[in-house]
Amino acid sequence: MSSVEIENVHKIFGTTHVIRDVSIDVPDGSFVVLVGPSGCGKSTLLRMIAGLEEISAGEIKIGARVINEVQPKHRNIAMVFQNYALYPHMTVAENMGFSLRLARHSKDEIATKVRDAAQILGLSNYLERFPRELSGGQRQRVAMGRAIVRDPEVFLFDEPLSNLDAKLRVQMRAELKEIHGRLKTTTIYVTHDQIEAMTMADKIVVMRDGVVEQLGDPLTLYDRPVNMFVAGFIGSPSINFVGGRIARTDGAAKFLSHSGVRWQVDPRVAEVAGGTPVTYGIRPEHFALATDGESGTLPAVVVTVEPTGAETHVVADIGEDRITAVLRERVSARPGEKIHLRPDPAQAHLFESESTLRIQPSGEAH
Amino acid sequence: MDNIAGSKSSLGWAVNITVLVIVVLWLIPTVGLFVSSFRDRDQISVSGWWQAPFAVDLTFRSRAASEPVQQDGLWIYEGNLFAEDAALAQTFGEGSGEITAFGNRGTQPAAYVAGEEVDLGDGETLLVNSDGTYRFTAAEEPRRPPTVYFEAETPPEFTLDNYRTVLTADNMDLAFINTLTVTIPATVIPILIAAFAAYSLAWMDFPGRGLLIAAVVGLLVVPLQLALVPMLRLHNAIGIGQSFLGIWLAHTAFGMPLAIYLLRNYMVGLPRDIIESAKVDGATDFQVFTKIILPLSFPALAAFAIFQFLWTWNDLLVAKVFLPSDDASKVMTVKIADDLLGSRGGDWGILATAAFVSIAVPLIVFFTMQRYLVRGLLAGSVK
Repeated sequence: MSSVEIENVHKIFGTTHVIRDVSIDVPDGSFVVLVGPSGCGKSTLLRMIAGLEEISAGEIKIGARVINEVQPKHRNIAMVFQNYALYPHMTVAENMGFSLRLARHSKDEIATKVRDAAQILGLSNYLERFPRELSGGQRQRVAMGRAIVRDPEVFLFDEPLSNLDAKLRVQMRAELKEIHGRLKTTTIYVTHDQIEAMTMADKIVVMRDGVVEQLGDPLTLYDRPVNMFVAGFIGSPSINFVGGRIARTDGAAKFLSHSGVRWQVDPRVAEVAGGTPVTYGIRPEHFALATDGESGTLPAVVVTVEPTGAETHVVADIGEDRITAVLRERVSARPGEKIHLRPDPAQAHLFESESTLRIQPSGEAH
Repeated sequence: MDNIAGSKSSLGWAVNITVLVIVVLWLIPTVGLFVSSFRDRDQISVSGWWQAPFAVDLTFRSRAASEPVQQDGLWIYEGNLFAEDAALAQTFGEGSGEITAFGNRGTQPAAYVAGEEVDLGDGETLLVNSDGTYRFTAAEEPRRPPTVYFEAETPPEFTLDNYRTVLTADNMDLAFINTLTVTIPATVIPILIAAFAAYSLAWMDFPGRGLLIAAVVGLLVVPLQLALVPMLRLHNAIGIGQSFLGIWLAHTAFGMPLAIYLLRNYMVGLPRDIIESAKVDGATDFQVFTKIILPLSFPALAAFAIFQFLWTWNDLLVAKVFLPSDDASKVMTVKIADDLLGSRGGDWGILATAAFVSIAVPLIVFFTMQRYLVRGLLAGSVK
């Protein structure tokens, strides 16, 4: 087990600058998730750590060793690929023991390690089967088993669950997390699925266009996104954005949307925001259903209602802005009907419209 | 969706019938060759192989062997045509043949119907009955016994004589061995070289790789005849001359572009992740090649092996150019073309047998490996 340090790393393919000055510190034994939309460079970064792509500039260290020029096989890492990349002509046991065989371990040792890994993954009964005879989830486990038997310093996962169906994905997510808890091997995990990132990570790295947008633990990212991109990327359904500006009336500062609706804001934020255009961001779950006339409520015209059982997703227009609200209550309103929603100003964020950066409330700790 | 399912099932038998027709069409020449190889040369030249099970009308010649009898001023020859000649007696058995027509001149061997007495002029008459008995009368003593031509139904005859002739022909066994000596190394060597080349062109990054691939594709369309003279000169210059080593190298060179092209295209279609996974697992390029790529490329290797084997086995041109012309180094194609066709051009039975013997091995190779051939090609192109 080792820490991984990525220092000012760049990747340039021909004329395209895929990764720009990325620095990430992955502490020993932690579970770090790289997340971002496709094309953001997260997989490239992982492949650079694995040694499958060259590093154009900067340094990557595993433990104290700079591994820029080290061959993949000498990096002591194990990688799990999106499509499993099992060797189709080998049995499960041979697949899992392949790396040990290459490293010239004794047969008994290989058998023991493979059996132990199979035990952990629940593959003991499948060791003599070929990959084509396994289900998707089992193949995924074999791919993980192949990584586990090596007892590497670092696990690298490249979207390992994206080929599984939704139910299996949730199950494997939990299993992965549990295995990490048991083995405590430093893990770097790439996904485009923010739910995977939120549920599994000790630390999330949100990337866009080859740049790290924000790096932090899941709840920090959720509660205090640095900019509109991170705010929009983390959370499902995603956050609502309403364009407008801060207007002061009757001594109290309020957010005035372009369509003239006045939204309550946290005074500590309003204090900081100047007269520049700002964007009001509020997560769907921070709306509550209200009755007419209460202070701080906003009238909304229902567009669609999507009951999920536990909660109800309501898409509605407030002024001319379309928002999504996730409500605890069951809503019987039909499309076109008017309801009243109360946004929670304490949970809302304000972003500078131009720079998209979040306006930090006065007094908030970094 | 009923109509779709229905049209599909009605297409099913159409497809089956089409396939059956194609298979039959494809097999007919081989079957014909096979049947012909067991037939007698005379029967082959009279009727097609599909008539092999039926009797054929063949013409024969017989000459009276007995002394003439003088009676009433006439010289009379009597007897049985089948019995007069030892070879005929063997062909037809004792009096079992049936004569349909006869004649007294070689140009018209079937001028008259059997059983009819014919006046031949000069006081000569001839009568041949269908059972083979004949009567020849002449007014003057003939200078020599009369020759009678006749047409008789000959029972179908199948024989292994052709095989005996071909297989025991001068050095035919040696030619067979020579063909194997040429073919097996000429199949194995290009595969060995091309597999390595294909891997590096598919999966190793080095400057000029694209140009090399383009060169290989370019060489695919160069006719090998262009290289015959320069290569032979080269072989002579470096002391290989006309020899088995020379023909191995020649076949290797001529087969290489197709081999590299086929194998590279197949290998490049293998999932990148598998190769990267092996590298992360600690494999060197050589280990990736031997432990991952080679086993997974088996269909493509088999496909190319079949191609190369068939082509080198059937090759005449390269063998003529690169092998010495002495009898000890003739391969079967050369043997058939030079010795059998040259000296026995009209002997269809021998020719058919020689042809069948020479395709027997490719047929066995093809039928045992054809499933790899088909799968290999599809796998290479679709993936």
